[in-house]
Amino acid sequence: MTWDKLTPLLWSSMQETLYMTFWSSLISYIIGLPLGVLLVITRRSGIRPAPTFNAVLGVVINFLRSIPFIIMLALLFPVTRAVIGTAIGTKSIVFPLIISAFPYIARMVESSLDEVDQGIIEAAQSMGSNNWQIIWKVLLPEAVPSLVNGAAISITTILAYTAMASAAGGGGLGAVAIVKGLNVRKFDVMYSASLLLVALVQIITVFGGRLTRRLDHKHR
Amino acid sequence: MSEQPIIQIKDLKKVYQVPGGEVVALNGINLTIERGQIYGIIGMSGAGKSTLIRCINKLDTPTEGQVLINGQNVLAMSKADLRQTRRHMAMIFQQFNLLMQKTVARNVRYPLEIAGVPKKQANERVMELLRIVGLEEKANAYPAQLSGGQKQRVAIARALAGDPEVLLCDEATSALDPMTTQSILALLQKINQEMGITVVLITHEMAVIRQICNKVAILDGGKMVEEGSVDDVFMHTKSAAGRRLFGILPEQDEVPPQSAIRIVFDANSAGQPIISQLIKDMDMAINILSADIRQLNGKSFGQMMIARPDDPVEVKKIMDYLRNAGMTVEEVLVS
Repeated sequence: MTWDKLTPLLWSSMQETLYMTFWSSLISYIIGLPLGVLLVITRRSGIRPAPTFNAVLGVVINFLRSIPFIIMLALLFPVTRAVIGTAIGTKSIVFPLIISAFPYIARMVESSLDEVDQGIIEAAQSMGSNNWQIIWKVLLPEAVPSLVNGAAISITTILAYTAMASAAGGGGLGAVAIVKGLNVRKFDVMYSASLLLVALVQIITVFGGRLTRRLDHKHR
Repeated sequence: MSEQPIIQIKDLKKVYQVPGGEVVALNGINLTIERGQIYGIIGMSGAGKSTLIRCINKLDTPTEGQVLINGQNVLAMSKADLRQTRRHMAMIFQQFNLLMQKTVARNVRYPLEIAGVPKKQANERVMELLRIVGLEEKANAYPAQLSGGQKQRVAIARALAGDPEVLLCDEATSALDPMTTQSILALLQKINQEMGITVVLITHEMAVIRQICNKVAILDGGKMVEEGSVDDVFMHTKSAAGRRLFGILPEQDEVPPQSAIRIVFDANSAGQPIISQLIKDMDMAINILSADIRQLNGKSFGQMMIARPDDPVEVKKIMDYLRNAGMTVEEVLVS
């Protein structure tokens, strides 16, 4: 394929990839971040213990996390059709991506919040903070560098999942590499689309790492 | 109006459930802390002192008993009342527990933020507090850029922000070097004297107690084995735990115990060269095993251990001589 044909193809499919990654990351965080907070605070040793709720939430999250994305995609076809209106195409991929990603993000957030020193939370309690103040003024702000680092990892994971979108007629760089590259033996298309995916992952990782270091006032 | 004690602890018991049984951390503690005191609680590690101070503001929940703050039982309070009470009962910690991602000024402002103090007013108060602890120029630094002593000063400024009646100090100087410990203790004393804040501190170092406390309680194995004014307890230690903390009668270890004479110096005696007079007057050799005497608050305090001569007649002569000179003397075993 010539460059003047390849370039617009790669450009538009990269936009599709970024579209899928952006929306599914954003919405997954809207769901996963509060769940991660709940996982931490409802523990027996947490600031708002609710061990039964915590156990049930943990089981549900583990269950969702254990289903491979490609199977989740197929399992969710009827639900996706009901929610998005269609189960096929780039837009519809966002829904199964969210269902796969938010449990993962909840666990990422949980592990970031776990890094906050228990002593700092006790100090906040000793000063008469309520739980809401502890979450907003202590737990989350103290975990910001780790949360940002986790977000960079989560986003690259979601980006990798988008490469499977072609299985449901979705677009993006992954679909181009498989459908317009591998399947029709056009290896230049396959390699250039794949290289672009690699570049995107690199950019997100490097940027995430820099931002983490810039935001962290504890380790310098 | 009769002065109500600021803190009263009644029959306090704390039992931890552990796999295969239970551990009794506190066993029937009773103590009263009066307004304006600097009250020290001392014990070896595992004595239960940290659990005790954490029960005062209910960071730990006791199994039985009462903790009364100005007559109000902390353990029976609603969550909202407990939060209000905690705002007037600040705490500082061995590990400082500062917000690591916030500046010094933001750390000190935290108690004001949660109390809803307007920003401008809060910022003025923060600078005033930082002046008190001598860290104005560090307002925009992050805790990671400070030394241990500076971090504890920030923690103290933060503790003072809510205008507390009581300051609870949980091993506040244990992570600091001796010089820094001195300056933090001086600061605590200043806070006590100038602001009238009652200070409760726990420590495993007798030197800390002797330097700033008025009253002391000795904890051993979850029980309070001795309590009283620091002068009394230091001069007439009765409990085994107390004697261990003063370096008398060590725990059974490899060194065989040695007989010694313990001489306690109080405010009147430490000024005079009593030992050299003893040597001159008695014409005998005195072997000093250890000595620990300080001038503090215009008062001299300390103890000296001298080797006990083998001849009981000589022992009696020495003891009589020192007693006549106004010293408290006793025969003890040291390592």
